[in-house]
Amino acid sequence: MFGAGGGTSAYVEAEDADLLVLWGSNARETHPIFFHHVLQGLRKGTRMYSVDPRRTSTARWADGWLGLDVGTDIALANAVGREIIHADLVNHAFVERATTGFDEYARTVEPYTLERASQITGVDAALIKELAHAYARADRAQICWTLGITEHHNAADYVFALINLALLTGHVGRYGSGLVPLRGQNNVQGGGDMGSIPAKLPGGYDLGDDEARARFETTWGTSISPKAGMHLSQMFEAMEAGTLTALYCIGENPAESEANATHTRHMLEGLDHLVVQDIFRTATADLADVVLPAAADWCEYEGTVTNSERRVQRVRKAIDPPGQAWPDTHIICAIADRLGHDWGRPTAEQVWDELRSLSLNWHQGMSYARLEEHGGLQWPCPTLDHPGTPLMHARLWADDPAEIGTLAPFTTVEHVPPVDALDEDFPIRLTTVRLLDAYNSGVQTGGYSSPMRRREALRIDRDDAQRLGIADGEKVRVVSRRGSVEAPVAYDPSLRPGLASFTPHFSEEVDTNVLTNDAWDPKSGTSEFKATAIRIEKLDDSATGGARLPAAGN
Amino acid sequence: MDLRLSGAEATAEERAAVDALLDPLLGPRAADDRAGPDSGHEARGRRHLLLPALHAVSDAVGTLTEGALNHVATRLSVPPADVYGVATFYAMFTVEPRAPRVVHVCDDIACGEELVAPLTAALGPEGEGEDVCWVRSPCLGLCERAPAVMFQLAGEPDFSHAPARPDDVVAAARGSATVAGAGTAADADVAFADPGVSVPQTRSPRGETLKLLRRIGVVDPASLDDYRAHGGYEALRRAVELGSSRVVQELKDSSLTGRGGAAFPTGVKWDGVAAAPVRPHYLVCNADESEPGTFKDRVLMEHDPFGLVEAMTIAGWATGCERGYLYIRGEYPLATRRLTHAIEEARRRGYLGEDVMGEGFTFDIELRRGAGAYICGEETALLNSIEGFRGEPRNKPPFPSVSGLFGKPTVINNVETLYNVLQVLDIGGPTFASIGGERSTGTKLFCVSGAVATPGVYEVDFGTTLRELLTLAGGLRGELRTILLGGAAGGFVMPDQLDVVLTLEGAREIGATLGSGVVLAFDTDADLVATLRRIAAFFRDESCGQCVPCRVGTVRQEEALARLERGAPIGDRETELALLDDLARVMRDASICGLGQTAPAALQSALTLQLLSAPPDPSTNGHRKVTT
Repeated sequence: MFGAGGGTSAYVEAEDADLLVLWGSNARETHPIFFHHVLQGLRKGTRMYSVDPRRTSTARWADGWLGLDVGTDIALANAVGREIIHADLVNHAFVERATTGFDEYARTVEPYTLERASQITGVDAALIKELAHAYARADRAQICWTLGITEHHNAADYVFALINLALLTGHVGRYGSGLVPLRGQNNVQGGGDMGSIPAKLPGGYDLGDDEARARFETTWGTSISPKAGMHLSQMFEAMEAGTLTALYCIGENPAESEANATHTRHMLEGLDHLVVQDIFRTATADLADVVLPAAADWCEYEGTVTNSERRVQRVRKAIDPPGQAWPDTHIICAIADRLGHDWGRPTAEQVWDELRSLSLNWHQGMSYARLEEHGGLQWPCPTLDHPGTPLMHARLWADDPAEIGTLAPFTTVEHVPPVDALDEDFPIRLTTVRLLDAYNSGVQTGGYSSPMRRREALRIDRDDAQRLGIADGEKVRVVSRRGSVEAPVAYDPSLRPGLASFTPHFSEEVDTNVLTNDAWDPKSGTSEFKATAIRIEKLDDSATGGARLPAAGN
Repeated sequence: MDLRLSGAEATAEERAAVDALLDPLLGPRAADDRAGPDSGHEARGRRHLLLPALHAVSDAVGTLTEGALNHVATRLSVPPADVYGVATFYAMFTVEPRAPRVVHVCDDIACGEELVAPLTAALGPEGEGEDVCWVRSPCLGLCERAPAVMFQLAGEPDFSHAPARPDDVVAAARGSATVAGAGTAADADVAFADPGVSVPQTRSPRGETLKLLRRIGVVDPASLDDYRAHGGYEALRRAVELGSSRVVQELKDSSLTGRGGAAFPTGVKWDGVAAAPVRPHYLVCNADESEPGTFKDRVLMEHDPFGLVEAMTIAGWATGCERGYLYIRGEYPLATRRLTHAIEEARRRGYLGEDVMGEGFTFDIELRRGAGAYICGEETALLNSIEGFRGEPRNKPPFPSVSGLFGKPTVINNVETLYNVLQVLDIGGPTFASIGGERSTGTKLFCVSGAVATPGVYEVDFGTTLRELLTLAGGLRGELRTILLGGAAGGFVMPDQLDVVLTLEGAREIGATLGSGVVLAFDTDADLVATLRRIAAFFRDESCGQCVPCRVGTVRQEEALARLERGAPIGDRETELALLDDLARVMRDASICGLGQTAPAALQSALTLQLLSAPPDPSTNGHRKVTT
C-alpha cells in the first residue's frame, strides 16, 4: 500500500478501534487469531460492519450487515465515498496535505448515488448511508479485507476502491485507523516479501530499481532481468501457448487450487517436465515426473514467517522430518549443486542474514537474536537499534511536506460486473467460501478429522432450492460454463436468494474448481474464484437410487 | 453472535413462554433469520435477560429441556454452553427431567428433618416421581413458622406454606388440596395475612417503639393510597426538599451502617457513587436474603412493600441512578408478588418512571428473581446473576461503587438498610445516631427462632442485651444449651453470655457477630451435631466452586466433622481439630468472597465452646412441634 506491499496496522490496533469494517472477509472463521483481537475490541465497545454476500459468522457478530451481490463491491465503495463527500464528512485536512487526485475521484464517484448503488448491489440505500456516516465519523476506523475483495477479475480495483475511502476520511497512518488486508495463511506476507512476487525482489524492491538490482546482482554473482517474470495465471497462458514447457512447483497444488481445474490439469499434463516439491503427495504430484518430498518447515526445520501485520517471527525445529523428506532450502541447494553451482548447505540463519544484507529498509535490523528477544519484529526495521514499525504511513500526517514524502493518490475505479455473467442458462451465482477447520485444497487439513466438519455440499437459500423442487440433502448436478460436478444440496440461511456456495477444501468430494472461472486480474494475476454463474439440474432419481444425504444440522 | 446449536428444538409451549417474556422487551423476532437484528452489540446486550427467560420456561413447564435452552440462546445471542452453565447454577432449575409439581422441603437448622420421613413415605424418595416430587431445600426463610415448604408447580404461581403438616403438603402437591392455606397461591397468601405471627410485636398491645416495622400490620400491602395515608412518600418529599447532597450528609450524620452483614457506612457508599463521574449509575437492592435462620427482609417486603419502593427511589435519586434492580430470592413468592404489584402501582401513579412525583427526575425499578443460590446474596455474585452470568463472585477491588453492574458505579444496599433510610429522613441523621452508638446506631431487626416461646422478627434499639431480646420473645422453652448468633456464618453464644449488648462492637467483644440478625436458640435436647452437620453441608452445597479454598475446603470440613461425629478420627481427635483449624485459616485467607471466608465460623465456634458432644437422646431442634 502506498508503495509497500503490506497492511498498515498492527493487529492489536483492532482492539482500540472505534469501527471495524470487515469487507469481503469472514475473519471469524478464516482469521481466528486476528479475530481474537476483534473480539477484544467488540468487548470494549468497537462497532463492526460486515460487507459480505453471505451472512457469515463474522456478520453475526456485526452491528450491521451489508449483504451485497457478488462482484458489486466497487459500486458500494464508490457510493460510500460519494455519500461521505455529499454529507461533507471528508477529512479535508488530510486530503489536502497528503493525497492527490481528489477532484477526479469526486467526479468519478458522483454517478454512484445511494439509489443507483442500491440497485447494483442489492443493499438497502439507508444501510449504505449508515455505513458511510459511521465510517467517516468514527475517530478510529479500519477496513479489513480478504479474498472477497481479491478473488475477482479486477481485484486490484476493488482494493483501490477501499483505499480511496481511507484517504477520503484520513483513516490511515494513525493508531487504530488503517487498511488491513488479511493474508490467507501465516506466511503469505513472508512469501511475497521474499521475492516470489514476479515483479519484486526480496525486501519489496521493484525489479526496475537499478540500484537495488545491482546490489542483488553483486551479492548473488549473476545478472537479474529488470523485466517482471510471469505470475501463475500468465504461466498457464504460456503453457497453453506452448512457450512454457517445464514447471517446478514448491508447496503448491494447482491441479486442485486453480480456477477452471479441468483446463488446468490439461495444461499440467501437456508439460514436458513437471517437478513437485511438497510435504504431501498432492493431486499435482500425481501428474509429476519427479516428486521431491519436503520437510514441514513449521516444525521440521528452522526459519521465519511473516504475518499480515508484517511481523517476522522465528520458527523452530521440533521434530525430524520423516523418511527422505528434506527442508526446502536443502533441496534447492542440492539441485543448484547438480546444475553446477556450489551453494553449500547454508543454515536457515545464514540464508536470513544474506537477506538482511540486501533488504536494507525492511529486514536489515532483524537479527535472529533480536527476533528472539522481541518475540518478532514488524518491518520496516532498517537498523539493529530500530524498534520495528507497528504502524505504517504515519508520515502522511506530518506537518513538514518534506517528511510527508510521496503523496497518497486516489485511484479512480469503476464498477465492472463479474466476467461470468448471469443469464437464463446460468441464473445462479456461485461463490467459493472457506471454513474454520479446513485450508484451501485440503492438502494440509484433509488428513485430520474435525468435530465441525460437514460433508461438502452446494449451500443454497432454502426458497431458491424449493422453487427448483430440490430437497435438503438431495444430490444435484451443478453446471457452469466450464464444467459440471455432482453434489448434495444443503439449505443454508447464511446465503441470500440467488447465491450458492462451495468450499474448495474437499476436491475428493466435489471438484469445485472445475466450475470456477480462470478470468484473471491483469494487475494482481488472481483468478475470479468468487463469481461463477451456474445452474442446478436435478438428477434422474433412478440414477442415484433416490438416495438422500442427511439434512444439515442433523 | 455465531451460535452453534444442537438440533434440539423447543416445544410450542416452551417457545411461547420465552417469547411472551421477550417479545414486549425486544420486539417480535424477525421472521427472516437473514435479517440483521440478532447480531452486534444490541443482540449481545440482551444477556441480562437470561435468568428471567429461564424462569419463564421453568414457571411454564418445569424442566429446562435442551430445546428450550437452544431457543433462549438464540433469542438472547448467548452461547448455548453459557446458557447451560447458568441454568445448572441454580437449585430451583433442573435440566434433568423432573416432575412438573415440586415441593421444596426446608431441612435447614430451624426446620429440621421433621417432614422428610412422612413425605418419603407418601411421595417416594427425594426427586423421584412422575407428576409430583419433593426435594430438600436450604432455609426457606420461614423459620418463625417452621417447618416450611415451598411449592413450585409448572403453570401455576409458586407459593410457600408453613407451618406445614405432611398431609396438607401431599394433598397440595397432588393438586387435590382443599385444606385452607395450602391449596393454591391465593390460599397460601391469605394464610400469611396475619402479621402477628411473623412480628409478634404488632400484636396487642402493640409495641410502641416500632420504627422499621411501624407500618407492619397497619397498612394494606396492596394499597398505595393506604401507604400514603400512613406517612408513605413523606420521606421522598423530604429528601427532594433537602437536596441530594444534604440527604447523603444526613445519612453520614446518622452513622447508618449496612445491615447485610458487612456493616459498611451507608452514607459513605452513597457518596462514592453519587460523585462517580462514570455514567450511568445503578442501584441494586439486595433482597436475596438467604442466610439460614433469617427472615426479616421477607417480613418487611411482604407487609410494607411500598416502603422498599420509596426507599429505593430515594437512594436512586440521591446517587444519580435512573434504574434500580431489586434482586429477590426465588424462594420468596409472596414478597415477589407484593413487590411486583407495588412497583406497578407506583409506576401507574407516577411514583416511578420519567417524572417521579412531578419532581422532574427519572427512576424506575426492575424486579429480578433469583433461583435458589445462597451465593447470590454476595454482592458481586448478585451483579453477575443480574447480568446473566453464573452467580460467581468477582474479585474486589474494583468495588461495585466504582465498577459494579454492567461495569458502572453501583450502590448495593440490603433491604433493612433501605428501610432505615426512610427512618433517617423521618427523624434526621443526628437523632438517628443518638440511638445506640458508635457504628451501631438506630434500631435493629432480629430473627428469633428455635427454643423460644414466640419466634418472629423483633425490632430493638441497638444496645439491647440478648437476654432482653429473648424475654421480648416470650422467654425460652426448656433449658438453654446455646444460641446461634448471626446465622450459619455466625457463631455460638453460651448461656453465661446472655448479657452481651447487641451491637456490632458488643458482639465482637465476645468473639461473635450479629451477621444478619439471626438469634436461634437451642435447648439441651437439641441435636447440635446434626445442626453443625447441616451447616457444613449447606456451605459445601452452596459454594459456587469458583475458588479452590472454598470448593475443596467446605468438603474437607464436612468430612472431618463426620469423622469426629462417628468417633473415627484419622489419627486422633487433636489431629482432626488441627486440620479443621488449618482449613479454616486457608479458607479465611484465600477464598474470593465471604462465603468461603465465613464457612468455618460456626463450626470453629462450636469446637471452641466444646459443643460437639451429642446428647444421649437427641430430639429436634427445639422449634415448636407441629401436632398432627
